[in-house]
Amino acid sequence: MAYVVAAAFVAVTGFFFVASVSNAFAEASIRGFLAGAVFFLILMAPALTMRLLAEEQKLGTLELLLTSPVKEFEVVIGKYLAALFMVFIMLLLSFYFVLLLFIYGDPDIGPVLSGYLGLLLYASATLSIGLFASSLSGNQIVGLIVGAGILTGLSVIDFVSNRFTGNIATILDNLQLGASFSVFDSGSFGVAESGHFADFARGIISVYDIFYYISISIIFLILTVLILESRRWR
Amino acid sequence: MISIEHMSKNFGPYPAVIDVTFEVLKGEIVGFLGPNGAGKTTTMRVVTGYTPPTSGKVTVGGYDVTTKSLDARKHIGYLPESVPLYLDMTVKDYLTYMGQIRGMNKEWINKRLPEVIDVVKLGDYRNTLVGRLSKGYRQRTGIAQAILHDPDVLIMDEPTIGIDPIQVVETRELISELGKEHTMLLSSHILPEVSAICPRVLVINDGRIVADDNPERLSEKLQHAERIEISIRNAENNEFMSLIRDLDGIIDVRTDQRAQTLQRAEREGVVPFIIDAKPNMGVSENIAKNVIDKGWGLSNLTPLAMTLEEIFLQLTTEESENNIN
Repeated sequence: MAYVVAAAFVAVTGFFFVASVSNAFAEASIRGFLAGAVFFLILMAPALTMRLLAEEQKLGTLELLLTSPVKEFEVVIGKYLAALFMVFIMLLLSFYFVLLLFIYGDPDIGPVLSGYLGLLLYASATLSIGLFASSLSGNQIVGLIVGAGILTGLSVIDFVSNRFTGNIATILDNLQLGASFSVFDSGSFGVAESGHFADFARGIISVYDIFYYISISIIFLILTVLILESRRWR
Repeated sequence: MISIEHMSKNFGPYPAVIDVTFEVLKGEIVGFLGPNGAGKTTTMRVVTGYTPPTSGKVTVGGYDVTTKSLDARKHIGYLPESVPLYLDMTVKDYLTYMGQIRGMNKEWINKRLPEVIDVVKLGDYRNTLVGRLSKGYRQRTGIAQAILHDPDVLIMDEPTIGIDPIQVVETRELISELGKEHTMLLSSHILPEVSAICPRVLVINDGRIVADDNPERLSEKLQHAERIEISIRNAENNEFMSLIRDLDGIIDVRTDQRAQTLQRAEREGVVPFIIDAKPNMGVSENIAKNVIDKGWGLSNLTPLAMTLEEIFLQLTTEESENNIN
Protein backbone atom coordinates (compact mmCIF):
# COMPACT_ATOMS: atom_id res chain seq x y z
CA MET A 1 0.00 0.00 0.00
CA ALA A 2 2.79 2.34 0.91
CA TYR A 3 4.41 1.93 -2.48
CA VAL A 4 1.16 2.73 -4.25
CA VAL A 5 0.60 5.88 -2.22
CA ALA A 6 4.17 7.06 -2.73
CA ALA A 7 3.92 6.43 -6.45
CA ALA A 8 0.63 8.28 -6.65
CA PHE A 9 2.06 11.23 -4.77
CA VAL A 10 5.03 11.54 -7.06
CA ALA A 11 2.82 11.09 -10.12
CA VAL A 12 0.22 13.67 -9.17
CA THR A 13 2.65 16.27 -7.95
CA GLY A 14 4.75 15.53 -10.99
CA PHE A 15 1.84 16.55 -13.13
CA PHE A 16 1.50 19.85 -11.33
CA PHE A 17 5.22 20.42 -11.53
CA VAL A 18 5.42 19.75 -15.22
CA ALA A 19 2.41 21.89 -15.94
CA SER A 20 3.85 24.78 -14.02
CA VAL A 21 7.22 24.73 -15.72
CA SER A 22 5.96 24.04 -19.20
CA ASN A 23 4.53 27.49 -19.81
CA ALA A 24 6.41 30.03 -21.77
CA PHE A 25 8.51 32.19 -19.44
CA ALA A 26 7.93 29.72 -16.63
CA GLU A 27 9.94 30.18 -13.50
CA ALA A 28 12.40 27.57 -12.34
CA SER A 29 10.57 27.08 -9.11
CA ILE A 30 8.68 24.40 -7.34
CA ARG A 31 5.60 26.53 -6.81
CA GLY A 32 3.51 24.37 -9.06
CA PHE A 33 4.70 21.28 -7.29
CA LEU A 34 3.94 22.80 -3.92
CA ALA A 35 0.40 23.70 -4.92
CA GLY A 36 -0.16 20.15 -6.07
CA ALA A 37 1.44 18.67 -3.01
CA VAL A 38 -0.58 20.76 -0.60
CA PHE A 39 -3.75 19.82 -2.40
CA PHE A 40 -2.90 16.15 -2.65
CA LEU A 41 -1.92 15.91 1.00
CA ILE A 42 -5.45 16.79 2.00
CA LEU A 43 -6.55 13.56 0.33
CA MET A 44 -3.52 11.59 1.33
CA ALA A 45 -3.32 12.38 5.01
CA PRO A 46 -6.67 10.78 5.81
CA ALA A 47 -5.81 7.89 3.51
CA LEU A 48 -2.53 7.29 5.30
CA THR A 49 -3.94 7.65 8.77
CA MET A 50 -7.48 6.36 8.55
CA ARG A 51 -6.66 2.86 9.55
CA LEU A 52 -3.99 3.59 12.13
CA LEU A 53 -6.29 3.53 15.11
CA ALA A 54 -9.55 2.45 13.53
CA GLU A 55 -8.11 -0.89 12.47
CA GLU A 56 -6.72 -1.59 15.91
CA GLN A 57 -10.21 -1.15 17.26
CA LYS A 58 -11.74 -3.26 14.52
CA LEU A 59 -9.25 -6.11 14.78
CA GLY A 60 -9.35 -6.05 18.55
CA THR A 61 -5.60 -5.54 18.75
CA LEU A 62 -6.21 -2.34 20.67
CA GLU A 63 -7.22 -4.58 23.55
CA LEU A 64 -3.77 -6.16 23.57
CA LEU A 65 -2.05 -2.84 23.04
CA LEU A 66 -3.78 -1.11 25.92
CA THR A 67 -3.34 -4.04 28.29
CA SER A 68 0.40 -3.97 27.67
CA PRO A 69 2.64 -1.74 29.73
CA VAL A 70 2.57 1.09 27.20
CA LYS A 71 1.11 4.50 27.79
CA GLU A 72 -1.58 5.82 25.48
CA PHE A 73 0.53 8.77 24.43
CA GLU A 74 3.32 6.41 23.41
CA VAL A 75 0.91 4.63 21.11
CA VAL A 76 -0.25 7.90 19.55
CA ILE A 77 3.22 9.37 19.11
CA GLY A 78 4.46 6.14 17.63
CA LYS A 79 1.76 6.01 15.01
CA TYR A 80 2.09 9.70 14.26
CA LEU A 81 5.83 9.44 13.72
CA ALA A 82 5.39 6.41 11.51
CA ALA A 83 2.97 8.31 9.28
CA LEU A 84 5.22 11.37 9.24
CA PHE A 85 8.18 9.25 8.27
CA MET A 86 6.17 7.84 5.40
CA VAL A 87 5.45 11.33 4.11
CA PHE A 88 9.07 12.28 4.63
CA ILE A 89 10.13 9.46 2.34
CA MET A 90 7.65 10.61 -0.27
CA LEU A 91 8.99 14.13 -0.09
CA LEU A 92 12.46 12.73 -0.52
CA LEU A 93 11.34 10.94 -3.66
CA SER A 94 9.91 14.14 -5.03
CA PHE A 95 13.28 15.78 -4.70
CA TYR A 96 13.79 14.39 -8.15
CA PHE A 97 11.89 17.40 -9.47
CA VAL A 98 14.27 19.73 -7.74
CA LEU A 99 17.18 17.95 -9.32
CA LEU A 100 15.57 18.46 -12.69
CA LEU A 101 15.24 22.15 -11.97
CA PHE A 102 18.89 22.41 -11.12
CA ILE A 103 19.93 20.53 -14.21
CA TYR A 104 17.87 22.56 -16.62
CA GLY A 105 17.62 25.87 -14.90
CA ASP A 106 18.89 28.13 -12.23
CA PRO A 107 16.46 27.99 -9.34
CA ASP A 108 16.67 29.80 -6.08
CA ILE A 109 17.58 27.29 -3.43
CA GLY A 110 15.95 29.30 -0.67
CA PRO A 111 12.31 28.92 -1.66
CA VAL A 112 12.92 25.27 -2.48
CA LEU A 113 14.17 24.53 1.02
CA SER A 114 11.53 26.62 2.74
CA GLY A 115 8.90 25.02 0.53
CA TYR A 116 9.90 21.56 1.67
CA LEU A 117 10.08 22.64 5.28
CA GLY A 118 6.59 24.03 4.94
CA LEU A 119 5.41 20.78 3.41
CA LEU A 120 6.82 18.77 6.27
CA LEU A 121 5.12 20.99 8.82
CA TYR A 122 1.93 20.95 6.82
CA ALA A 123 2.12 17.15 6.67
CA SER A 124 2.61 16.99 10.42
CA ALA A 125 -0.58 18.97 10.96
CA THR A 126 -2.67 17.06 8.44
CA LEU A 127 -1.46 13.68 9.68
CA SER A 128 -2.26 14.50 13.28
CA ILE A 129 -5.75 15.54 12.24
CA GLY A 130 -6.12 12.27 10.34
CA LEU A 131 -4.86 10.25 13.30
CA PHE A 132 -7.38 11.95 15.54
CA ALA A 133 -10.17 11.11 13.11
CA SER A 134 -9.02 7.51 13.04
CA SER A 135 -9.26 7.22 16.81
CA LEU A 136 -12.93 8.11 16.83
CA SER A 137 -14.25 4.71 15.85
CA GLY A 138 -13.44 1.25 14.58
CA ASN A 139 -14.68 2.22 11.17
CA GLN A 140 -11.99 3.40 8.77
CA ILE A 141 -14.48 5.23 6.60
CA VAL A 142 -15.51 7.36 9.53
CA GLY A 143 -11.86 8.17 10.03
CA LEU A 144 -11.50 9.06 6.38
CA ILE A 145 -14.55 11.27 6.17
CA VAL A 146 -14.07 13.07 9.46
CA GLY A 147 -10.41 13.61 8.69
CA ALA A 148 -11.08 14.85 5.19
CA GLY A 149 -13.90 16.99 6.54
CA ILE A 150 -11.76 18.74 9.11
CA LEU A 151 -8.95 19.26 6.63
CA THR A 152 -11.20 20.64 3.94
CA GLY A 153 -12.92 22.87 6.45
CA LEU A 154 -9.64 24.33 7.57
CA SER A 155 -8.56 24.83 4.00
CA VAL A 156 -11.56 26.73 2.78
CA ILE A 157 -12.01 28.76 5.88
CA ASP A 158 -11.09 31.85 3.93
CA PHE A 159 -14.42 31.59 2.12
CA VAL A 160 -16.02 31.96 5.51
CA SER A 161 -13.74 34.66 6.79
CA ASN A 162 -14.50 36.76 3.74
CA ARG A 163 -18.02 37.13 5.02
CA PHE A 164 -16.87 38.79 8.19
CA THR A 165 -14.79 41.76 9.05
CA GLY A 166 -12.83 42.72 12.07
CA ASN A 167 -11.65 40.33 14.74
CA ILE A 168 -13.67 37.34 13.65
CA ALA A 169 -12.29 37.62 10.18
CA THR A 170 -8.76 37.80 11.50
CA ILE A 171 -9.18 34.76 13.73
CA LEU A 172 -10.69 32.69 10.98
CA ASP A 173 -8.06 33.80 8.53
CA ASN A 174 -5.36 32.66 10.84
CA LEU A 175 -6.76 29.16 11.00
CA GLN A 176 -6.24 28.71 7.32
CA LEU A 177 -4.34 25.49 6.94
CA GLY A 178 -2.63 25.77 3.62
CA ALA A 179 -3.41 26.79 0.11
CA SER A 180 -6.81 28.20 -0.34
CA PHE A 181 -8.92 26.48 -2.91
CA SER A 182 -9.80 29.78 -4.39
CA VAL A 183 -6.50 29.55 -6.18
CA PHE A 184 -8.06 27.19 -8.67
CA ASP A 185 -10.67 29.76 -9.54
CA SER A 186 -8.19 32.19 -10.90
CA GLY A 187 -6.70 29.52 -13.11
CA SER A 188 -3.10 30.10 -12.21
CA PHE A 189 -0.85 27.54 -10.70
CA GLY A 190 0.32 29.35 -7.69
CA VAL A 191 -0.02 28.85 -4.03
CA ALA A 192 -2.60 31.03 -2.40
CA GLU A 193 -1.60 34.37 -1.08
CA SER A 194 -3.35 33.72 2.20
CA GLY A 195 -2.95 30.90 4.63
CA HIS A 196 0.01 29.69 6.55
CA PHE A 197 1.63 27.95 3.68
CA ALA A 198 1.97 30.99 1.50
CA ASP A 199 5.17 32.34 3.02
CA PHE A 200 6.94 29.01 2.82
CA ALA A 201 6.29 28.95 -0.88
CA ARG A 202 7.78 32.39 -1.21
CA GLY A 203 10.94 31.49 0.59
CA ILE A 204 10.03 33.06 3.90
CA ILE A 205 10.31 31.00 7.03
CA SER A 206 8.04 32.67 9.49
CA VAL A 207 8.04 31.71 13.13
CA TYR A 208 4.38 32.49 13.21
CA ASP A 209 3.60 29.88 10.57
CA ILE A 210 5.86 27.31 12.18
CA PHE A 211 4.08 27.90 15.47
CA TYR A 212 0.71 27.43 13.79
CA TYR A 213 1.54 24.08 12.27
CA ILE A 214 3.19 22.77 15.40
CA SER A 215 0.24 23.90 17.51
CA ILE A 216 -2.26 22.18 15.26
CA SER A 217 -0.19 19.01 15.43
CA ILE A 218 0.06 19.13 19.20
CA ILE A 219 -3.61 19.94 19.71
CA PHE A 220 -4.84 17.05 17.62
CA LEU A 221 -2.31 14.61 19.04
CA ILE A 222 -3.43 15.53 22.53
CA LEU A 223 -7.04 15.09 21.52
CA THR A 224 -6.18 11.64 20.17
CA VAL A 225 -4.49 10.65 23.42
CA LEU A 226 -7.54 11.87 25.31
CA ILE A 227 -9.81 9.75 23.15
CA LEU A 228 -7.73 6.67 23.93
CA GLU A 229 -7.53 7.51 27.60
CA SER A 230 -11.26 8.09 27.80
CA ARG A 231 -11.55 4.34 27.83
CA ARG A 232 -10.20 4.47 31.34
CA TRP A 233 -12.95 6.71 32.55
CA ARG A 234 -15.94 4.97 31.04
CA MET B 1 -1.70 -12.71 42.90
CA ILE B 2 -5.09 -11.49 41.79
CA SER B 3 -7.35 -9.91 44.34
CA ILE B 4 -10.81 -8.63 43.56
CA GLU B 5 -12.88 -6.97 46.27
CA HIS B 6 -16.49 -6.02 45.76
CA MET B 7 -15.94 -5.16 42.15
CA SER B 8 -18.88 -4.01 40.11
CA LYS B 9 -19.00 -2.84 36.52
CA ASN B 10 -21.93 -1.08 34.95
CA PHE B 11 -22.19 -0.20 31.30
CA GLY B 12 -24.48 2.77 31.60
CA PRO B 13 -27.53 1.51 33.43
CA TYR B 14 -26.72 -2.11 32.72
CA PRO B 15 -24.93 -3.99 35.51
CA ALA B 16 -22.56 -6.43 33.86
CA VAL B 17 -20.68 -7.47 36.99
CA ILE B 18 -22.19 -7.17 40.46
CA ASP B 19 -20.22 -7.15 43.69
CA VAL B 20 -17.70 -9.79 42.77
CA THR B 21 -15.08 -10.81 45.31
CA PHE B 22 -12.46 -13.52 44.94
CA GLU B 23 -8.78 -14.11 45.16
CA VAL B 24 -6.42 -16.16 43.04
CA LEU B 25 -3.30 -17.19 44.90
CA LYS B 26 0.09 -17.70 43.35
CA GLY B 27 0.27 -20.89 41.33
CA GLU B 28 -3.46 -21.56 41.29
CA ILE B 29 -5.29 -22.50 38.13
CA VAL B 30 -8.80 -21.20 38.32
CA GLY B 31 -11.53 -21.97 35.83
CA PHE B 32 -13.99 -19.19 35.32
CA LEU B 33 -17.29 -20.57 34.13
CA GLY B 34 -20.52 -19.00 33.17
CA PRO B 35 -23.13 -18.76 30.47
CA ASN B 36 -22.73 -16.23 27.68
CA GLY B 37 -23.18 -12.73 28.94
CA ALA B 38 -22.57 -13.69 32.55
CA GLY B 39 -19.71 -11.26 32.99
CA LYS B 40 -16.62 -13.40 32.44
CA THR B 41 -15.02 -11.29 29.72
CA THR B 42 -15.89 -8.06 31.49
CA THR B 43 -14.28 -9.28 34.69
CA MET B 44 -11.16 -10.30 32.81
CA ARG B 45 -11.01 -6.95 31.06
CA VAL B 46 -11.16 -5.20 34.41
CA VAL B 47 -8.33 -7.32 35.76
CA THR B 48 -6.15 -6.65 32.72
CA GLY B 49 -6.87 -2.94 32.88
CA TYR B 50 -8.75 -2.61 29.62
CA THR B 51 -11.98 -1.53 31.31
CA PRO B 52 -12.16 0.41 34.54
CA PRO B 53 -14.37 -0.97 37.31
CA THR B 54 -17.34 1.10 38.39
CA SER B 55 -16.54 0.33 42.00
CA GLY B 56 -14.41 -1.99 44.06
CA LYS B 57 -10.73 -2.71 44.26
CA VAL B 58 -8.74 -4.97 41.96
CA THR B 59 -5.07 -5.71 42.38
CA VAL B 60 -2.67 -7.89 40.43
CA GLY B 61 0.64 -8.78 42.00
CA GLY B 62 -0.13 -6.20 44.64
CA TYR B 63 -0.60 -3.37 42.16
CA ASP B 64 -3.98 -1.68 41.94
CA VAL B 65 -5.11 -1.93 38.33
CA THR B 66 -6.65 1.53 38.38
CA THR B 67 -3.93 3.54 40.07
CA LYS B 68 -0.84 1.52 39.20
CA SER B 69 -2.04 0.20 35.90
CA LEU B 70 1.33 0.13 34.16
CA ASP B 71 2.95 -1.90 36.93
CA ALA B 72 0.03 -4.29 37.07
CA ARG B 73 0.14 -4.82 33.32
CA LYS B 74 3.78 -5.81 33.40
CA HIS B 75 2.83 -8.90 35.36
CA ILE B 76 -0.01 -10.00 33.13
CA GLY B 77 -0.15 -12.11 30.01
CA TYR B 78 -3.54 -11.81 28.37
CA LEU B 79 -5.24 -13.73 25.60
CA PRO B 80 -8.50 -11.96 24.74
CA GLU B 81 -11.48 -13.91 23.46
CA SER B 82 -11.09 -12.59 19.93
CA VAL B 83 -7.39 -13.58 19.74
CA PRO B 84 -6.49 -10.36 18.01
CA LEU B 85 -3.46 -10.58 15.79
CA TYR B 86 -1.89 -8.47 13.08
CA LEU B 87 -2.64 -10.50 10.02
CA ASP B 88 0.06 -9.07 7.81
CA MET B 89 2.99 -9.86 10.07
CA THR B 90 4.83 -13.15 10.22
CA VAL B 91 4.59 -15.14 13.44
CA LYS B 92 8.15 -14.25 14.31
CA ASP B 93 7.71 -10.52 13.61
CA TYR B 94 4.44 -10.44 15.50
CA LEU B 95 5.92 -12.07 18.57
CA THR B 96 8.97 -9.80 18.39
CA TYR B 97 6.72 -6.75 18.29
CA MET B 98 4.62 -8.02 21.19
CA GLY B 99 7.81 -8.55 23.14
CA GLN B 100 8.88 -5.01 22.44
CA ILE B 101 5.68 -3.45 23.66
CA ARG B 102 5.95 -5.53 26.80
CA GLY B 103 9.22 -3.80 27.49
CA MET B 104 11.46 -6.75 26.72
CA ASN B 105 14.93 -5.89 25.51
CA LYS B 106 16.45 -7.44 22.43
CA GLU B 107 18.45 -10.17 24.17
CA TRP B 108 15.52 -11.29 26.22
CA ILE B 109 13.28 -11.46 23.16
CA ASN B 110 15.89 -13.40 21.22
CA LYS B 111 16.18 -15.82 24.09
CA ARG B 112 12.46 -16.29 24.67
CA LEU B 113 11.31 -16.38 21.07
CA PRO B 114 12.59 -19.88 20.19
CA GLU B 115 11.54 -21.20 23.60
CA VAL B 116 8.03 -19.93 23.23
CA ILE B 117 7.67 -21.03 19.60
CA ASP B 118 8.79 -24.45 20.74
CA VAL B 119 6.34 -24.60 23.62
CA VAL B 120 3.37 -23.79 21.38
CA LYS B 121 4.74 -25.95 18.59
CA LEU B 122 4.72 -23.27 15.93
CA GLY B 123 8.24 -24.06 14.76
CA ASP B 124 7.31 -24.75 11.16
CA TYR B 125 5.32 -21.55 10.93
CA ARG B 126 7.67 -18.96 12.28
CA ASN B 127 7.93 -17.20 8.95
CA THR B 128 4.32 -17.63 7.90
CA LEU B 129 2.01 -14.66 7.75
CA VAL B 130 -0.41 -14.78 10.65
CA GLY B 131 -3.25 -14.19 8.21
CA ARG B 132 -2.49 -17.50 6.58
CA LEU B 133 -2.61 -19.58 9.73
CA SER B 134 -5.55 -21.75 10.64
CA LYS B 135 -7.59 -20.92 13.71
CA GLY B 136 -5.79 -23.43 15.86
CA TYR B 137 -2.41 -22.03 15.00
CA ARG B 138 -3.60 -18.47 15.45
CA GLN B 139 -4.77 -19.46 18.88
CA ARG B 140 -1.34 -20.82 19.61
CA THR B 141 0.23 -17.61 18.41
CA GLY B 142 -2.08 -15.81 20.79
CA ILE B 143 -0.97 -18.05 23.63
CA ALA B 144 2.64 -17.47 22.62
CA GLN B 145 2.32 -13.70 22.92
CA ALA B 146 0.70 -14.11 26.32
CA ILE B 147 3.56 -16.15 27.75
CA LEU B 148 6.42 -14.47 25.92
CA HIS B 149 7.39 -12.10 28.72
CA ASP B 150 7.06 -14.84 31.32
CA PRO B 151 4.34 -13.04 33.26
CA ASP B 152 3.34 -14.08 36.75
CA VAL B 153 -0.31 -14.12 35.83
CA LEU B 154 -1.94 -15.58 32.73
CA ILE B 155 -5.46 -14.58 31.86
CA MET B 156 -7.04 -16.48 29.00
CA ASP B 157 -10.50 -15.89 27.70
CA GLU B 158 -11.87 -19.01 25.99
CA PRO B 159 -8.48 -20.31 24.88
CA THR B 160 -9.77 -23.39 23.09
CA ILE B 161 -12.90 -22.14 21.44
CA GLY B 162 -13.18 -23.08 17.81
CA ILE B 163 -10.12 -25.31 17.55
CA ASP B 164 -10.32 -28.74 15.96
CA PRO B 165 -10.36 -31.77 18.32
CA ILE B 166 -6.77 -32.82 17.76
CA GLN B 167 -5.38 -29.39 18.43
CA VAL B 168 -7.73 -28.99 21.36
CA VAL B 169 -6.06 -31.89 23.14
CA GLU B 170 -2.63 -30.42 22.47
CA THR B 171 -3.72 -26.97 23.56
CA ARG B 172 -5.20 -28.33 26.75
CA GLU B 173 -1.99 -30.13 27.57
CA LEU B 174 -0.12 -26.94 26.86
CA ILE B 175 -2.36 -25.03 29.22
CA SER B 176 -1.93 -27.63 31.95
CA GLU B 177 1.82 -27.42 31.56
CA LEU B 178 1.73 -23.65 31.71
CA GLY B 179 -0.38 -23.85 34.82
CA LYS B 180 2.50 -25.47 36.64
CA GLU B 181 4.58 -22.33 36.45
CA HIS B 182 2.14 -19.48 36.21
CA THR B 183 -0.94 -18.33 38.07
CA MET B 184 -3.85 -18.79 35.71
CA LEU B 185 -7.37 -17.54 35.30
CA LEU B 186 -9.06 -19.31 32.44
CA SER B 187 -12.54 -18.79 31.20
CA SER B 188 -14.47 -21.29 29.25
CA HIS B 189 -17.81 -22.74 28.63
CA ILE B 190 -16.38 -26.08 27.62
CA LEU B 191 -17.01 -27.80 30.89
CA PRO B 192 -15.10 -31.07 30.41
CA GLU B 193 -12.05 -29.00 29.66
CA VAL B 194 -12.39 -26.99 32.82
CA SER B 195 -12.83 -30.11 34.93
CA ALA B 196 -9.78 -31.60 33.27
CA ILE B 197 -7.50 -28.64 33.82
CA CYS B 198 -8.73 -26.60 36.77
CA PRO B 199 -8.62 -27.71 40.38
CA ARG B 200 -10.73 -24.72 41.30
CA VAL B 201 -13.78 -23.39 39.62
CA LEU B 202 -15.55 -20.04 39.86
CA VAL B 203 -19.05 -19.95 38.48
CA ILE B 204 -20.55 -16.65 37.50
CA ASN B 205 -24.12 -16.06 36.46
CA ASP B 206 -25.86 -12.80 35.64
CA GLY B 207 -22.92 -10.83 36.94
CA ARG B 208 -22.62 -12.55 40.30
CA ILE B 209 -20.35 -15.29 41.55
CA VAL B 210 -22.52 -18.24 42.46
CA ALA B 211 -19.83 -20.77 43.32
CA ASP B 212 -16.14 -20.85 44.17
CA ASP B 213 -14.72 -24.28 45.01
CA ASN B 214 -13.24 -27.39 43.57
CA PRO B 215 -15.59 -29.46 41.43
CA GLU B 216 -15.85 -32.42 43.83
CA ARG B 217 -16.83 -30.32 46.83
CA LEU B 218 -19.25 -28.33 44.70
CA SER B 219 -20.79 -31.56 43.63
CA GLU B 220 -21.23 -32.73 47.21
CA LYS B 221 -22.68 -29.46 48.33
CA LEU B 222 -25.15 -29.41 45.49
CA GLN B 223 -26.17 -32.99 45.72
CA HIS B 224 -26.44 -32.82 49.49
CA ALA B 225 -25.42 -36.44 49.17
CA GLU B 226 -22.66 -38.78 48.25
CA ARG B 227 -23.49 -40.74 45.15
CA ILE B 228 -22.10 -44.19 44.41
CA GLU B 229 -22.38 -46.36 41.34
CA ILE B 230 -22.32 -50.09 41.90
CA SER B 231 -22.58 -53.11 39.60
CA ILE B 232 -23.78 -56.42 40.93
CA ARG B 233 -23.79 -59.92 39.53
CA ASN B 234 -26.09 -62.81 40.42
CA ALA B 235 -28.51 -60.82 42.51
CA GLU B 236 -32.19 -60.24 42.28
CA ASN B 237 -32.85 -56.53 41.82
CA ASN B 238 -35.51 -56.00 44.47
CA GLU B 239 -33.67 -58.08 47.04
CA PHE B 240 -30.53 -56.07 46.48
CA MET B 241 -32.31 -52.75 46.64
CA SER B 242 -34.17 -53.44 49.86
CA LEU B 243 -30.99 -54.80 51.48
CA ILE B 244 -29.12 -51.63 50.66
CA ARG B 245 -31.99 -49.37 51.69
CA ASP B 246 -31.89 -50.91 55.14
CA LEU B 247 -28.28 -49.98 55.68
CA ASP B 248 -27.23 -47.00 57.76
CA GLY B 249 -26.98 -43.67 56.04
CA ILE B 250 -28.52 -44.79 52.77
CA ILE B 251 -30.96 -42.33 51.25
CA ASP B 252 -32.01 -44.17 48.13
CA VAL B 253 -31.14 -46.89 45.62
CA ARG B 254 -32.26 -47.04 42.05
CA THR B 255 -31.26 -48.79 38.86
CA ASP B 256 -28.81 -46.93 36.73
CA GLN B 257 -30.54 -45.98 33.53
CA ARG B 258 -27.69 -44.20 31.82
CA ALA B 259 -27.27 -45.49 28.29
CA GLN B 260 -23.52 -45.93 28.37
CA THR B 261 -23.56 -47.76 31.69
CA LEU B 262 -26.35 -50.06 30.55
CA GLN B 263 -24.48 -50.98 27.39
CA ARG B 264 -21.34 -51.89 29.24
CA ALA B 265 -23.26 -53.68 31.96
CA GLU B 266 -25.03 -55.86 29.41
CA ARG B 267 -21.70 -56.84 27.88
CA GLU B 268 -20.33 -57.80 31.24
CA GLY B 269 -23.46 -59.47 32.52
CA VAL B 270 -23.95 -57.26 35.56
CA VAL B 271 -26.71 -54.96 36.78
CA PRO B 272 -25.82 -51.34 37.55
CA PHE B 273 -27.37 -49.29 40.37
CA ILE B 274 -26.99 -45.83 41.79
CA ILE B 275 -26.97 -45.33 45.54
CA ASP B 276 -27.47 -41.95 47.24
CA ALA B 277 -26.06 -41.80 50.75
CA LYS B 278 -25.41 -39.26 53.46
CA PRO B 279 -21.91 -37.94 52.96
CA ASN B 280 -18.90 -38.85 55.08
CA MET B 281 -20.38 -41.92 56.69
CA GLY B 282 -18.13 -44.44 55.01
CA VAL B 283 -21.09 -46.26 53.51
CA SER B 284 -19.02 -47.78 50.73
CA GLU B 285 -17.24 -50.28 52.96
CA ASN B 286 -20.51 -51.28 54.55
CA ILE B 287 -22.19 -51.80 51.19
CA ALA B 288 -19.27 -53.88 49.92
CA LYS B 289 -19.27 -56.04 53.04
CA ASN B 290 -22.99 -56.70 52.79
CA VAL B 291 -22.84 -57.57 49.13
CA ILE B 292 -19.99 -60.03 49.62
CA ASP B 293 -21.62 -61.59 52.67
CA LYS B 294 -24.70 -62.30 50.59
CA GLY B 295 -22.54 -64.10 48.07
CA TRP B 296 -23.25 -61.71 45.23
CA GLY B 297 -20.63 -60.64 42.70
CA LEU B 298 -19.38 -57.12 43.24
CA SER B 299 -18.14 -55.88 39.91
CA ASN B 300 -17.86 -52.13 40.50
CA LEU B 301 -18.16 -49.74 43.43
CA THR B 302 -17.24 -46.15 42.60
CA PRO B 303 -18.11 -42.74 44.00
CA LEU B 304 -19.98 -40.71 41.45
CA ALA B 305 -19.70 -36.94 41.50
CA MET B 306 -22.00 -34.64 39.62
CA THR B 307 -20.50 -33.79 36.31
CA LEU B 308 -19.51 -30.21 35.93
CA GLU B 309 -22.34 -29.88 33.43
CA GLU B 310 -24.84 -30.85 36.08
CA ILE B 311 -23.25 -28.53 38.61
CA PHE B 312 -23.20 -25.71 36.13
CA LEU B 313 -26.77 -26.19 35.04
CA GLN B 314 -27.99 -26.40 38.58
CA LEU B 315 -26.10 -23.30 39.58
CA THR B 316 -27.14 -21.23 36.66
CA THR B 317 -30.72 -22.22 36.27
CA GLU B 318 -31.83 -22.22 39.89
CA GLU B 319 -31.40 -19.78 42.72
CA SER B 320 -29.12 -22.15 44.54
CA GLU B 321 -26.80 -19.57 46.06
CA ASN B 322 -28.30 -20.34 49.43
CA ASN B 323 -27.46 -24.00 49.00
CA ILE B 324 -23.81 -23.30 48.37
CA ASN B 325 -23.30 -20.96 51.28
